[in-house]
Amino acid sequence: MAEKGHKAGLFDLRLIIAVLFGIYGVVLTIVGLGFTTDADLAKADGLNINLWSGLGMLVVAAFFGVWTFTKPLVVPDEVPEAEG
Amino acid sequence: MPVLAQADLRLDANPLDYILLVIYFSVVLGIGVMARRSVSTSLDFLLSGRSLPAWVTGLAFISANLGAIELLGMAANGAQYGLPTVHYYWIGAIPAMVFLGLVMMPFYYGSKVRSVPEFLRRRFGTGAHLVNALSFALAQVLIAGVNLYALALLLNLLLGWPIPLSIVIAALVVLTYTTLGGLSAAIYNEVLQFFVIVAALLPLTIVGLYKVGGWNGLVDKLTAKGAGEELNAWPATELTGISNPVLSVIGIVFGLGFVLSFGYWTTNFAEVQRALSAKSMSAARRTPIIGAFPKALIPFIIIIPGMIAAVVIPQVQALNAGQDPGGITYNETLPLLIRELLPNGMLGIAITGLLASFMAGVAANVSSFNTVFTYDLWQDYVKKDRPDEYYLRIGRLATIGGTIIAIGTAFIASGYGNIMDYIQALFSFFNAPLFATFILGMFWKRMSAAAGWIGLVAGTLGAVVIFVMADPKLLGVLDLPGQGASFVGASVAFVLDIVVSVVVTMFTKPVPEKQLGGLVYSLTPKADRTHSTTGDDAGWYRSPALLGGGVLVLTTALYIIFG
Repeated sequence: MAEKGHKAGLFDLRLIIAVLFGIYGVVLTIVGLGFTTDADLAKADGLNINLWSGLGMLVVAAFFGVWTFTKPLVVPDEVPEAEG
Repeated sequence: MPVLAQADLRLDANPLDYILLVIYFSVVLGIGVMARRSVSTSLDFLLSGRSLPAWVTGLAFISANLGAIELLGMAANGAQYGLPTVHYYWIGAIPAMVFLGLVMMPFYYGSKVRSVPEFLRRRFGTGAHLVNALSFALAQVLIAGVNLYALALLLNLLLGWPIPLSIVIAALVVLTYTTLGGLSAAIYNEVLQFFVIVAALLPLTIVGLYKVGGWNGLVDKLTAKGAGEELNAWPATELTGISNPVLSVIGIVFGLGFVLSFGYWTTNFAEVQRALSAKSMSAARRTPIIGAFPKALIPFIIIIPGMIAAVVIPQVQALNAGQDPGGITYNETLPLLIRELLPNGMLGIAITGLLASFMAGVAANVSSFNTVFTYDLWQDYVKKDRPDEYYLRIGRLATIGGTIIAIGTAFIASGYGNIMDYIQALFSFFNAPLFATFILGMFWKRMSAAAGWIGLVAGTLGAVVIFVMADPKLLGVLDLPGQGASFVGASVAFVLDIVVSVVVTMFTKPVPEKQLGGLVYSLTPKADRTHSTTGDDAGWYRSPALLGGGVLVLTTALYIIFG
């Protein structure tokens, strides 16, 4: 109400996506590097899918993170139109 | 749905997988809590205060449809029919989504209606409005029930959770975030769900293709086991159950591509609601068109895994060959493939993606049900002219009530082997005639109020008659074993609706023209139909026509490559 427009802060969907995939990406990358057994690898004929997925998720997280900080969302504080 | 208990589908989920699952659902509930702060009116709760950007509503638009039934059913179709399944995505969605954005959205968004039934009330009055509001509300709680039941079955199958417990936990999660944050929470979670589903299915597809030797390896293996139709999209005679190839193509183009698809995408409020919550006319028009791009591409990570399963999963091979699959049905294709290919870690993501899609499906049903219930049934027919806080409270109560009914209806789904048949039957009952009524009503100002509701009733009855005649468990006099029955039912409903509407209009009084501004093409000034091109709506890349043309070109190219 006080200022005309404020930043959406934590509730910017892009930031939420960045955080979720950031966490997922880090976890999967670590699992892929250190904790994927030969049996796991054999499931996919040797492709380390945890590692590759983890890296892919980190890229997605970075994309949304950069987008959030370069173009912050401004929420207008106008009084909503009266309805019905 | 047959009982699957004999078959062991248990996934080997370890604590890591559960942690990834818990992280996701903490975020989902967190969104509900945060969205609550932005809800102060019923419009905030039921239509997100018309404030969302187009990329959010666009992704939510397809995510609302990317429920469990869609995922499991389409992967099942991929395993059973192969490439012809793409028709459900390409001809069966893209043209209708573009049409909605370019042709119909100016009337929906421009007239400031809050729901699809409300448009019918303004155009045709009470009769058509009641028919549609009641049938929509009923269909949504039924489908929410189907989604919940499917979710419980999957949790039971994959993780060993008891079915009643799974239903209650899933329903509570959905209930919590939709009751707190309303449509904003539902839409935000749908967007999140979209990315999680892609994060689950894209690696699955990559691993699967890697294992079978790439796309060429898949084609070779399917050819080697004698696949005929599975590698060509047309004429899809196995999919339709229509043995004549020409009639099969007509069935797909007219039945699926025109009647079913336009009926679903352009008049189903669960979809249109996402566009109505957009922040401007331009964003509303772009919503279905932006959604169309991922819609055109997503079959690659749903249908191809199904086709991969047809060569790497012994039970699915047995099904294809008509042998005993050991208690497995096509609907378990996706979980089987996940178990076969993904290690712990990615397994957690895949489980999360499946559960997310189930819950978002339920949330879409519930969040459109509560709007129609509050604005179209309660406010119009039960308690008029109350202050807005009253309707906000009713909206929350409707959310709770709808979820409870959905739990109760969960078991209606149990009689059917392929869940898609069931859902298609529902759509052809309610949606196919609706599109006929809308398109006549928007472009023919003479169409009368009586024609509005009589046409809808006649069309719906027509679809029911075809369904009864084709279902082997009922009359079974029409021989349409595949999904052709719903294509034919929808087409009959459409034609009946048009004919009956035209005939009734001839004998009844038209609606006075001054009531139809903004609702009928010839009575709406061009300025009211056009969108702004300044500020957030500026730039050639935000032109709905250009984006719509682009996605049609993309789809045509895909058909040329995979036809």
